[in-house]
Amino acid sequence: MKEFLMIFRNEKREGGAAPSAEQMQLVMQEWQNWIGGIASQGKFVSTNRLYSEGSTLLPDGTVLDGPYAELKEVVGGYLIVKADSLQAAQEMAKGCPNLKYGGNVEIRAVMSIDQDVKSKAFLAEK
Amino acid sequence: MQQDVVSQLFKTEYRKIVSVLCKLFGLEHMEIAEDIVSDVFMLACETWGLKGLPENPTAWIYLVSKNRTKDYLKRNNLFREKIQTEILKRSSADVELELDLSPKNIEDSQLQMMFAICHPSIPSEAQIALSLRLLCGFSIDEIANAFQTNKETINKRLFRAKEKLRKDDIKIEFPAASEITGRLETVATTLYLLFNEGYFSTHKDVKLQEKFCLEAMQLTYLLASNKATNYPFIQALLSLMCFHSSRFEARVDEDGENILYEKQNEALWNKELIERGKSYLYRAFEAGQISRYHYQAAIAYWHTHRADSTEKWENILQLYNHLLQIEYSPITALNRTFALYKVQGKATAIAEAEKLKLENNHLYHSLLGELYTGIDDGKAIAHFEQALELAKSKADKKVIADKLSDFR
Repeated sequence: MKEFLMIFRNEKREGGAAPSAEQMQLVMQEWQNWIGGIASQGKFVSTNRLYSEGSTLLPDGTVLDGPYAELKEVVGGYLIVKADSLQAAQEMAKGCPNLKYGGNVEIRAVMSIDQDVKSKAFLAEK
Repeated sequence: MQQDVVSQLFKTEYRKIVSVLCKLFGLEHMEIAEDIVSDVFMLACETWGLKGLPENPTAWIYLVSKNRTKDYLKRNNLFREKIQTEILKRSSADVELELDLSPKNIEDSQLQMMFAICHPSIPSEAQIALSLRLLCGFSIDEIANAFQTNKETINKRLFRAKEKLRKDDIKIEFPAASEITGRLETVATTLYLLFNEGYFSTHKDVKLQEKFCLEAMQLTYLLASNKATNYPFIQALLSLMCFHSSRFEARVDEDGENILYEKQNEALWNKELIERGKSYLYRAFEAGQISRYHYQAAIAYWHTHRADSTEKWENILQLYNHLLQIEYSPITALNRTFALYKVQGKATAIAEAEKLKLENNHLYHSLLGELYTGIDDGKAIAHFEQALELAKSKADKKVIADKLSDFR
């Protein structure tokens, strides 16, 4: 089985009322139920949520506050899963609560360090 | 009858005497310790079979162990001199080469022995196997069973671990403060397995190896009440054991048959153990990292509330979701799916259950049988029948057969 990274993106929220504690809890439970379902198949690797504050460094030395200001979307978190194929990982992603709230899920195959080293060795030989 | 007493004593006393002997001889001579204790138990079997039980079987075992040790040292002069020199190196006092089976020495020897066995230079799986063998007197078969592997693998693992202990000259002593956390985790896993072996025993039809569990609890309690080892995950583990043990009395009927959780007499649940479990759990959550034992204990806490409620099952489901992210196991996955059924209904749970791919597990089919009941009885019966075929223990088979008879 290979590892796949799921990146959860949402549109940046501008203004609007903050969700209540109960709403937050319900959303958390939805996420946990989805991730729990993946974990109960033995396919969970790791996950984290990201705070909205942060900064972005540009090559010219500029530091931008917050996640990349020019993009409309922010990354809210990620999940790494084990799956046989990209297709299988896509199937898993279908239940992701992010989709329900207008966000999207980007799925990428993870390249292990091992493969990385091999490709570097290959380049050196040439 | 005698056989039962001997095997029960073997489970509780074997590791105590082996620990004390290993501490006296040094770990490199553990085979001699094992031989002496095995010999004592063999003698107990023979003697008690002929003459009946002595008044105090434990005292008998201790006395004979002392004598056998003396005999062994008398017969093996070279070995005695070697041991004596080693002891003199360790302490300046002139130590009598006698087996000290006082409660204090038994306690210290066992704890130090656990740490010695759970040494970082030995692979964690081998540590557990060695602990189960030396500290708990598990048979190779039982250990192989617990690891779901075969005897040869375990024998090899044990042999390599013993060689390593010898080669690295590992002493029976408390580890340095900086090493304690890591080494304590392996000790905790071993105690957890020991407790489960008693609580979910599959080796006897319906045998409550209460004493077995109590021994595991006592060792955990030793760790929980020792300042150097009093970690939150140890408190959580002890809490888990308390909640489970609270149902000991309610679990068995007069004929020694197992009573399922749903059918137990709640009045027989041990309130004191539940309260103790709660206070250990509060302490466990006070500080530090959340371990798998925290989640397991919290789940066990909710099971001390018998009545179904949305709050109960929603909490249990969330706890299982978290537990599975720390550690996957088929049984946790199945239990989580059962909680999902209680919260979101059968249809959702069936869809999730069928993704689990545990076709060779009888509990998987029992769960699907349960979920399909009333929705598609044909499928329910087919799953229960498959469960019956896969189940190994008589007790498991009986539970499934009872379910099947409900359809007729």
